[in-house]
Amino acid sequence: MRYGRDSSNDEEVTLNMTAMIDIVFQLLVFFIMTFKVVTMEGDFDIKMPMAAEQTTTDIENVTTLITVKITADAEGQVASLSADNGSKGESFSDDIFGNLTQFVEQTLGGAEGDPSSDDDFEVEFDIDYGLRYEHTVKAIESVSGKIQTDGTIKTLVEKFKLRDNSGG
Amino acid sequence: MRFRKKKETKIMEGDLTPMIDVTFQLIAFFMLLINFSEVDRAEEIMLPSSVLAKPPETRPDYQIILNLNPDGSVKFEGLDVEKIEFLSSILDREVSSAQREGVPKDAVAVIIRSHEATPTGLVQKLIKQCQSKELVNFKFRVNEQLR
Repeated sequence: MRYGRDSSNDEEVTLNMTAMIDIVFQLLVFFIMTFKVVTMEGDFDIKMPMAAEQTTTDIENVTTLITVKITADAEGQVASLSADNGSKGESFSDDIFGNLTQFVEQTLGGAEGDPSSDDDFEVEFDIDYGLRYEHTVKAIESVSGKIQTDGTIKTLVEKFKLRDNSGG
Repeated sequence: MRFRKKKETKIMEGDLTPMIDVTFQLIAFFMLLINFSEVDRAEEIMLPSSVLAKPPETRPDYQIILNLNPDGSVKFEGLDVEKIEFLSSILDREVSSAQREGVPKDAVAVIIRSHEATPTGLVQKLIKQCQSKELVNFKFRVNEQLR
């Protein structure tokens, strides 16, 4: 009496991988084609309530208002840049954004010793309609901080507002 | 005459396991990195760059991303809006949507992604349009420039 099958008749079971590999490669191609290298983005925060909503206490809390005026030429490039902190006004000619940072630093320096002094500064930008947005961002960057020699960022002013020149 | 006995042919099968392993790893990699929220971004907009801008640490409770082109057209969630003035109904809808989610108007973040060549006046116009809907919290989005 014989039990079981003859082992010599066993067939090796092989899966057909072709279909799976096809699908897998299709998926791979899809992901490769749709993949985008995303550049990191950052923000500059600007709180801008309507002019009518600004209460007198808001204005009183701001001890120093630095006004930065930027005019544009026909191509939208910076024609002139001047800054005024109420007691002193300056117009910059070369390295305008570097000089602007220096001006803001000097203005803030006058209030050194008071730890809460940084919160009491606000910069108002009076920018020509036609100025390219990249220069506006550069100006905001110049007053918001600077990179020190050791690579750390020194924060200068954190409150900004834009004067409405949207009328052209 | 004797003929040589034909050799028994064997099917040569390579071991596919490592290739499949690697392929699945690649698929997993791309699946994890794929970001469908890119709909919010308009690829044609070249943002200005800044060394001081840092990626936001927390996501605002409610955000409205407006992509502003130099010609004054705005792209919002893949929808092209020809003029800033035409945004009114979209902003109304977004504000009421935020309020339904319990987010007050002053906590709604308006993220402005403007092309670097856009006249600043148009950005101000966009801000003014948002202010008319009592939105006050703005963020100027820029590319992070490596130091």
